[in-house]
Amino acid sequence: MIQDYASQIHRCFRCGYCKFPTDYSSINCPSYRRFRFESYSTGGRLWLTYAWLKNEIEWSEHLANILYACTTCKNCVEQCPMKFSTDIVDWIVGARSDMVEKGRIPPQVARFFEAVHGYGNPLKLLRSDRAAWADGTKKYEPGDEYLFYVGCLGSYDENGQRMAKSLADLLSAAGVSFGILGNEEECCGNEVYMLGEMGLFQTLAEKNNQQFKDLSVRNIVTLSPHAYNTMKTNYPQFGADFADYHYTVYHYTQLLYGLIKENKIRLANNKAKVTYQDPCFLGRYNQIYDEPRQILQSIPGIELIEMERNREDSFCCGGGSGNFIMDLLAGGKDSPSRVRVREAHDTGAEVLAVACPSCLTMFTDAIKAEDLDDKLVVKDISQIVNESLASK
Amino acid sequence: MSDIYEALQTIVGKDYVSNQAEERYFYGRDPGLMPPHEPDYVVMPRTTEEVQEIVRLANKEKVAVVPKGAGLSLTGLVIPQIGGIVLDMKRMEGMEVNEPARYVIVEGGVTHAALKSHLIKHYPHLRHSIPDSPPIATVVANAVIHGQGRLTQQRGFNSDMVSGLEVVLPTGEVCRIGSCAVSSYWFSKGPPMPDLSGLFLGWFGTTGVITRLGMKLYPCKKMRDVMTYITDRVELVPDIIRKLAHTEMMEDIVVSCAPLPLRFKGVFSMLVYITGDTDEELEFKRKMAWDTLREYFDSRDGGFMSVSPYMKPALLAMPSKDTTRFADVSKGGGFEYSGPIAPIEKYPQYVKKLEELALKYNLFYSSAGRVIDGGHSMMFSFSYTFNRADPDTMNRAKTALDEAAEFALDEGGVIWKPNINEQRMVMERMDPNTLKLLGKIKQLLDPNGIMNPGNWEAK
Repeated sequence: MIQDYASQIHRCFRCGYCKFPTDYSSINCPSYRRFRFESYSTGGRLWLTYAWLKNEIEWSEHLANILYACTTCKNCVEQCPMKFSTDIVDWIVGARSDMVEKGRIPPQVARFFEAVHGYGNPLKLLRSDRAAWADGTKKYEPGDEYLFYVGCLGSYDENGQRMAKSLADLLSAAGVSFGILGNEEECCGNEVYMLGEMGLFQTLAEKNNQQFKDLSVRNIVTLSPHAYNTMKTNYPQFGADFADYHYTVYHYTQLLYGLIKENKIRLANNKAKVTYQDPCFLGRYNQIYDEPRQILQSIPGIELIEMERNREDSFCCGGGSGNFIMDLLAGGKDSPSRVRVREAHDTGAEVLAVACPSCLTMFTDAIKAEDLDDKLVVKDISQIVNESLASK
Repeated sequence: MSDIYEALQTIVGKDYVSNQAEERYFYGRDPGLMPPHEPDYVVMPRTTEEVQEIVRLANKEKVAVVPKGAGLSLTGLVIPQIGGIVLDMKRMEGMEVNEPARYVIVEGGVTHAALKSHLIKHYPHLRHSIPDSPPIATVVANAVIHGQGRLTQQRGFNSDMVSGLEVVLPTGEVCRIGSCAVSSYWFSKGPPMPDLSGLFLGWFGTTGVITRLGMKLYPCKKMRDVMTYITDRVELVPDIIRKLAHTEMMEDIVVSCAPLPLRFKGVFSMLVYITGDTDEELEFKRKMAWDTLREYFDSRDGGFMSVSPYMKPALLAMPSKDTTRFADVSKGGGFEYSGPIAPIEKYPQYVKKLEELALKYNLFYSSAGRVIDGGHSMMFSFSYTFNRADPDTMNRAKTALDEAAEFALDEGGVIWKPNINEQRMVMERMDPNTLKLLGKIKQLLDPNGIMNPGNWEAK
């Protein structure tokens, strides 16, 4: 529990299992991989937070950066051998929440909150431009089967917009009854929650829940695993009276796989060697590992090659907990996204498939930084499906 | 001091030096009970040349240098007692296997995890002696503290398996130790020449920084199994161990006792590991273990317990996560152990003391003892948990461990990876001429006393 963190955090023994994947083949904690100092490991963060609580060290921007450099990828939860393992991310969020309440956060985090509070998105772009990508995609109306929740990156980021458009086109082509919220869509708040701004998160969750209820939304399909996670996990605790109102949340890969199985999407040959990145909020948070792979394997001609670290052992792109904007882990060859695209390239794959707009944008930049432009391309799964449609 | 910081940045690059409070706090502590003391700088070198430059700088400025692996000894061996520079070796992560000669040369920061994973992937027929410390423990640091691992029953301390060293001396020279000093092969740490590895192994970084180390590799059999032999007669444990070791067929023998779960209170469990390339080989070894202990089975004094399929993977895991889990059995996040290397015949007395101290100081305890080198000795752990949020339990555990160390020495044991107080206890009992030799060696190698001060200070 987040609230319990102060009374439990001393239990970390700093044994370091949290740094590894299951087979110990490499370092799997993104911030530890990037900075290498022990302070940037999970044990480092927990011991330093405990020291801060005991007044053994003073708050500093460096301390806050260490805490916020955690992408909340949950590798530590997966690997920690202790009984409290499932609470580790809650403890980190709890510590961040304390820092937020005391107004002691890194400037990048403060700017993130200000942008979400003022603009409804962390990119500080106009609310009135939220649906600029949509190009005729219809707005949700009561009775539609699905609400397509696009999210901030899908709405504003160039790569995310392509992803959103691709998915909207696919859903239309498959005859799915759906609509979007357009400029009325609000930030999902997953990153706000992970960054510890519980007041702002509550506001966002309540607003979204109320809007979903007002529109009688029954099914939501999200572009981002981050939105999927928070709507599924955190939203039931906030706002709307869930005693008489419920909705079901899907990640788009779940929906697409269903449509492929039902033959509503027909696929033609698309010869390519593809590797797949498990997004943390889809995989480790929600155990959705199979559907994205099943989609890729449904496409004739695609050869799916796994990276060494995959599924529960996947290595985070470094974008979680708002780092796709704040970029506290950026810089140099050891940034997680660059490490990961090198690993993807080493598989011999030509395409790095993703199912998350954050991964898409992090890897697109990393491929350029690694000078792999003509060797590896990052594509979202809906884009790969779109390119493989039988009718094309 | 700011000049030193800048000089360190010039040597390793600014991303790999810190003098900030957060790094100083963390590197000034370990998970055990020794009092903290913070370094002035934490540095992460990448090459032997960088280590050399750092040591030369420190020697010139008379600043302490503490080489650090993962810092998991629990006895404060890398807590910089007078500040100075902590050399975090983790960026030195290269390794090279000589397959026909069966050894690996690892750089100073290679973890047991990385070596294990590398061997499984590229040389599945070879293995090394994996300790039960967490996988982040480094091969070099483990050898430096005379660590033990899964092959210790057969092959001795992990330091006995060392096959060569590259060391940066406290005065900055790079020195090769063993066959690699005269040959391109790293097959021996000394013989047939004088064995100079003893100037560095067991010294806790007080005589130099080991930048590369050769470690022998051994056949990795295709199959591995574990049996559990239990007895409630502690006085029989030494003989049971002797009999098992006599077969020369056991990979590893570990004796455990703990008050919980209650059904195991007063029971001594021996985990007996066997390996084989065929079912027949494995079955033969099982039969040998059974046959050698038949008399105790017949007298109803002991027997093999079935190991459930649920328990077996945990027991076979290398390293064993259960060792680490002990830290939180009392939900306090801490445990420490005094681990004397002791004659096996003393096992019953050690157990009695373990329980006495637990009762006296109201502590939760356990002990795991590993048989060393075919039964010449064993490591016996007096392990007590404490609550990191409760200074009282920490004090009680510390006092109990101090008493355990005194007891172990009185009973003919020698303390393994002793903290600085235990080192003093050992040196007080040491033959005076041996102690003098220790001091002369240290003075010769480290005239300015910069290397890990406070440790093995023979005064």
